[in-house]
Amino acid sequence: MVIPRWIPGKVSGMPLLIAVLLLFPLTTGNEFHLDIATQMALIAATVVGLNLLVGYAGQVSLGHAAFFAIGAYGSAVLTSTYGWSAVPALLGSAALVAAIAWLFGRPLLRLKGHYLSMATLGFGIIVAIVINNEGWLTGGPDGMAVAPFSIFGFELSVFDDYTLWGVEVTGALLWYVVAAFLLVVAVWIALNIIDSPIGRALRAVHGSEVAARVVGVDTAHYKLMIFVVSAIYASVMGSFYAHYTGFITPELATFEHSIELITMVVLGGMGSTFGVIIGAVLLLLLPQLLADFQQYEMLLFGLILMLTMIFMPKGLLPTLCQLFTRVLDRSRLSARRRDET
Amino acid sequence: MLAEFLQYLIAGVTIGATYALVALGFTLVYNASHVINFAQGEMLMIGGMATVALLALGVPLPLAIALAILTAALLGLLLHRLAIAPARQADVVTLIIITIGAAIFLRGIAQVIWGRDYHSLPSFSQPEAINLFGATMYTQSLWVLGISAMVVILLALFFARTAVGRATLAVCMNKRAARLMGVRVEWVLTLAFTLAAVLGAIAGVVAAPITLTSYDIGIMLGLKGFVAAAIGGLGSGVGAIVGGLLLGISEAMTAGYLSSDYKDAVAFLLILLILLFMPRGLFGSREAERV
Repeated sequence: MVIPRWIPGKVSGMPLLIAVLLLFPLTTGNEFHLDIATQMALIAATVVGLNLLVGYAGQVSLGHAAFFAIGAYGSAVLTSTYGWSAVPALLGSAALVAAIAWLFGRPLLRLKGHYLSMATLGFGIIVAIVINNEGWLTGGPDGMAVAPFSIFGFELSVFDDYTLWGVEVTGALLWYVVAAFLLVVAVWIALNIIDSPIGRALRAVHGSEVAARVVGVDTAHYKLMIFVVSAIYASVMGSFYAHYTGFITPELATFEHSIELITMVVLGGMGSTFGVIIGAVLLLLLPQLLADFQQYEMLLFGLILMLTMIFMPKGLLPTLCQLFTRVLDRSRLSARRRDET
Repeated sequence: MLAEFLQYLIAGVTIGATYALVALGFTLVYNASHVINFAQGEMLMIGGMATVALLALGVPLPLAIALAILTAALLGLLLHRLAIAPARQADVVTLIIITIGAAIFLRGIAQVIWGRDYHSLPSFSQPEAINLFGATMYTQSLWVLGISAMVVILLALFFARTAVGRATLAVCMNKRAARLMGVRVEWVLTLAFTLAAVLGAIAGVVAAPITLTSYDIGIMLGLKGFVAAAIGGLGSGVGAIVGGLLLGISEAMTAGYLSSDYKDAVAFLLILLILLFMPRGLFGSREAERV
């Protein structure tokens, strides 16, 4: 295969992401597509945070859905039941989640092994059970309604239409813009953390923890920080998700949801910020695509998940990038040889 | 008072014994490959559901049970051969995701074949319940305890007395040394996955008359088995058994005396407490990392 010379060997992800996010609403006027894209962006941002933990601290959280759900229910309860406004409710929930993550992370991240996974698994399931059982607060299995997001008296609802600088915009489109903006900010923060001294220290931890510790990196401290940050990501996105959908159920906190989040990371490519976004998009698209198969949906989902991981253990994006670079190198090499002869 | 306590204790030990079998399966696979096999709970589901299905076809109970366990064994073997072994170079997290994919896949198959309904299995023997110091005891509990004890003894003998069992232990201790001593490591890993599946299926069959069974019971029972293994220190056989019994009893006592709404939370609360106060588990070993 000959690849034209104008195709660059390396594409930087951020401009590409922004371009895709900007172009998407132009391709569809369909509210349903816009709705799925908005949810995808919020979940993708959560997964970008989780990827910091999995891909850079080498730790697996099996309870991230619980952090997401605490953000969602925290915002819902504080705004609807206690009349707080949206921003303090969001910050309050995030502070609670950060405190919880710190509490568990501090003793457990000093140990090597699956301890954090076990603790987050246990914590996640307890949160799901509590949300299910404490109906007076959370509405129980039936779920609860959430007020639209409001800031400085401006209320952002999917069902309203807005006029911004003389342009008519639907609430759905406006929410999409907010979610896309949140995703870009989430990626920007993640990339900055990865490129900071913390990120470098974390990559050292992933390479060889003992070596990192020997040269003076306080590995436990950095892992704890990144765990707290990734939990805050989940909580904040959970808050926005609650305000966006306007109705939340205990499904958000289930073990299955935690597993879904981790799967997005591994599927897209651990440690690849843009890869995990693709992982999130694909995993959320899959049920839509498989819906036609009805009772075979679960079977096919499991099969696709297994096969992808068996044949692309590094995840989709890193595997594809590797493939592309190899083909590109070969093509350029043979082109140069042709030129020389 | 005493009768009530006894009643809860029996219920707890019975369910605890099935957790212990599942936990042993987790421990076996974890020791041999460091993979947490999330498809373990599904083997339990397959054991129960396949027995129910075979029984409905007119197969006598003992044969149905044997065939169901054989089915699970085959699935465990295929899981390792077709899904885990080809990806052996991959990260452990990737392998764990593969087992999660396998779990969803098996659940999907079960749902297609057997639907979403709950099924029940008749008690292995009559009468169904007897009176013990005022407490009602299902005779099935005796079957659960007897069979679990037998399985544990057989397993212990297998590891202590047979060459294959010792080879498995060798792989658990040090893969490279075992390979150098002529142990076929891949073969042993396949055996570990198969044995774990058998343990899960046995637990699923013996517990089915008490707990009912459906295509999705594997999730919760599998997770609780995992918690039992983790309580014991994830990697210790004795720990898995003690962890299972401890978990079963605490659960039954909570359901009886405190709140049945929070029965399922006990397992996970227990693991949080153990992790925060004795993170290596009750029987975990203190090991130094080799660099």
